[in-house]
Amino acid sequence: MNSMAASWIEIGLLSDIPPQGARVVRTPRGCIAVFRTAGDRVFALNDRCPHKGGPLSEGIVHGEAVTCPLHNWVFDMNSGQAQGADEGAVATFPARVEGGRVFLDLSSRGRNGG
Amino acid sequence: MMARRLVVIGAGMASGRMLEHLLDGGGDGWDVTLFNAEPRGNYNRLMLSPVLSGEKTYAEIVTHDADWYAARGIDCRFGEPVVKIDRANRVVRSSAGGVPYDALVIATGSAPFIIPVPGKDLPGVCTYRDLEDTNAMIAAAKPGATAVVIGGGLLGLEAAAGMAARGAEVTVIHLMGHLMERQLDPAAGYLLQKDLERRGIRVHCRGATKAILGHGRAEAVLLEDGTVYPADLVCMAVGIRPEVRLATDAHLEVNRGIVVDDAMRTSDPAIFALGECVEHRGQLFGLVAPLYDQAKVLADALNGAEAAFRPVQTATRLKVTGVDLFSAGDFTDAPGREDIVFRDPGRGVYKRLILEGERLVGAVMYGDTADGSWFFDQIRQGADVSAIRDTLIFGPAFAAGGAAADPLAAVAALPPEAEICGCNGVCKGRIMQAVQGGAATLDAVRAQTKASASCGSCTGLVEKIMALTLGEGFRADADPPMCRCTDHTHEDVRRLIKAQRLKSIPAVMQELGWKTAGGCASCRPALNYYLLADWPLDYRDDRQSRFVNERNHANIQKDGTYSVVPRMWGGVTTPAELRAIADAADKFAVPMVKVTGGQRIDLLGVRKEDLPAIWADLNAAGMVSGHAYAKGLRTVKTCVGSEFCRFGTQDSTGLGIRLEKLLWGSWTPAKVKLGVSGCPRNCAEATCKDVGVVCVESGFQIGVAGAAGMDVRETEPLLTVATADEAVEVIAAFIQLYRENARYLHRIYKWVAAVGLDWCRAQVADPATRRALYDRFMIGQSVHQNDPWAEYAARPADWAPLKTIPLEAAE
Repeated sequence: MNSMAASWIEIGLLSDIPPQGARVVRTPRGCIAVFRTAGDRVFALNDRCPHKGGPLSEGIVHGEAVTCPLHNWVFDMNSGQAQGADEGAVATFPARVEGGRVFLDLSSRGRNGG
Repeated sequence: MMARRLVVIGAGMASGRMLEHLLDGGGDGWDVTLFNAEPRGNYNRLMLSPVLSGEKTYAEIVTHDADWYAARGIDCRFGEPVVKIDRANRVVRSSAGGVPYDALVIATGSAPFIIPVPGKDLPGVCTYRDLEDTNAMIAAAKPGATAVVIGGGLLGLEAAAGMAARGAEVTVIHLMGHLMERQLDPAAGYLLQKDLERRGIRVHCRGATKAILGHGRAEAVLLEDGTVYPADLVCMAVGIRPEVRLATDAHLEVNRGIVVDDAMRTSDPAIFALGECVEHRGQLFGLVAPLYDQAKVLADALNGAEAAFRPVQTATRLKVTGVDLFSAGDFTDAPGREDIVFRDPGRGVYKRLILEGERLVGAVMYGDTADGSWFFDQIRQGADVSAIRDTLIFGPAFAAGGAAADPLAAVAALPPEAEICGCNGVCKGRIMQAVQGGAATLDAVRAQTKASASCGSCTGLVEKIMALTLGEGFRADADPPMCRCTDHTHEDVRRLIKAQRLKSIPAVMQELGWKTAGGCASCRPALNYYLLADWPLDYRDDRQSRFVNERNHANIQKDGTYSVVPRMWGGVTTPAELRAIADAADKFAVPMVKVTGGQRIDLLGVRKEDLPAIWADLNAAGMVSGHAYAKGLRTVKTCVGSEFCRFGTQDSTGLGIRLEKLLWGSWTPAKVKLGVSGCPRNCAEATCKDVGVVCVESGFQIGVAGAAGMDVRETEPLLTVATADEAVEVIAAFIQLYRENARYLHRIYKWVAAVGLDWCRAQVADPATRRALYDRFMIGQSVHQNDPWAEYAARPADWAPLKTIPLEAAE
């Protein structure tokens, strides 16, 4: 098998995720938070804040960033990098929307290490 | 040489342009047959909207008339639908017979999408695609008639505006949160909605159509939320899908559209396709610019020249007279993209540029689109804009070499008689005089001139004038802005929400000049609260702008589980309630059951996906959410009072229960805890609560602004009243005063310290003011006092993972 090939898994409908919100997908390597922005882009991030393990899926989504609900760390959903004075990163995975359906690619370890 | 036989199916804009290129470009030797299902030739479909609104006639939008076809010897088969493509014999069959071809072009365009709801086939339901639809709408849109347009996209809005221009009363139903969500971001969508509403078009976003009602013909539209809009005509404009039936029947390769290569050739080398019916490299096309590009490529390909179609960026303008809107390129956020946002609330202008590295990749503009073409040019060229980035948003005038912008220059240029404060009619000269006379702070200027003392929207201007007059000596007021998204303080924002009647988060962000596109985790919950408190009947709670606890109606714990606390009115419970709590704790294996300081029971460690089920069980036993997580009423702690206690002077338990039943469900700037003690021994610890009542023989002493957290404070006496009825009214009025005036997240003691207890007392002591506050509180309660568990327990799927991916699938 070519381990580099993307393998897209359908996880549900875009309309299942509230705009400026998130839903969780459970995977063998932990929960992944799938976010939907006001502009209908989707992002997949590990659902654990690197700070104290807060569920990022429960954070407030603003622009392309999410604020962790436990201690207000802010992450850029594109890069997974913590913003501002905080240092750290959360793993991101490729996600895309096609025909109203959301797909994730979990074949790699994800950026910043799955 | 024999002319080659070309058959074209579909006389739309793309095929019309293709024939022009093919026949007028010196390409002799084609014998053309043109089929069209519509009984007419090519016209400019884009201009149907001006026909609908009455600004143009059909004759004016015809692009190719009978003479044009005749001069080129085209055999026109208008109103004669093609029924079959016989690839083996290279013959196109229609109802009238067969026409052989050497080359065939499929240009069947697209068909409107029909929502599969009951009533969709009733007379009076149309789409918006061709002249027949347009004429149907023109016939229906008489003054006084009602029309509903389903779909708030480009086409739907043009249909709505056209019918409104003819005098019909039009409602637009849109499934998404804002209009034209594919072309506009929420801020521009908000401005557009405001403009349309100003023209009398009603807009209902987040509306899902359930059915079209009517006996024999359409009479009304029913939405999922129960709303009904009357409709003499219903226009469905929810989208289009490529018309591919002929191609599918002929076994050509078809995905979403007819698959074509770069030369517009289908899987059969003798058959080409173009327009809205094709799919090129996975992409479909709906706007006219790429279709014209395809027309050119296809004409070249038919003439044997090398040509390849490459889709380019497209720009959108809404063809509604008086609405100025432009969007181009890609304005969604993506890795490495940055926004430049400009808002001018006074003029209703919004501009947003999207940069990727050194290049401009997208632009959304509303209200002032004069520079749209220039930005579009920058996008198409992929020009390096890093050198002009600072002033890019000001357009080509600045890019041409304007000086660096001095934020004070525009104010300095104003003459002394220029009016600065519209509310109080204060001119620039008057403000400068006051400053020169010693008014060195904004408050002093306000006190002396009244400038910016009313609605406050000119505060920034006044400060600039002060800065100009005082030079280095000026420092803006120390009160910090709400967050980094805005320069306004919380107090300014609250005042402006009321003064300008702002009723949505996008409205606040636009009108008050927010500097970010979607706010942040600090301002969004605050705005949501202010709007909820100030416009209870108009504003719809934005769940996504709430902190996790209020969104999930439970308290998140450090491990991501939740605590569940049912309400126990006044701390009183029953054996049946205790049994139900015990059963729930067993059933959901709750790791800890704890008695809280507020006289109720906390179930700690509940998993998120179990929340709806545990709520359902507790609801079934008659219990509602205790809001133990909310910026709202928490508990009313009581002692047993005169019912049982030998010292009790009044029924403190009964008063506590009554207060809790009145106040529960209300949202407040921060949490609110009450206590009612039956005598001055104060067993309910009422004197360290936000509001505490101590009963005495002669009545009820009401104290406020206590605290027992990071700060510990004793309550201060607000009023003493003789009856329980008065106590209830005073307390509800005081809570409303707090709701209307405090800064988000400020507890009552902080707010009272800021505004002064005397002021608070004056408000609630005056019977008329108190009654008005009480009445406004009750209006809020009419909307907010409901059990969130009852609503959410019915939707357990929303709380569970979206999907569980097994090991094999993920590997």
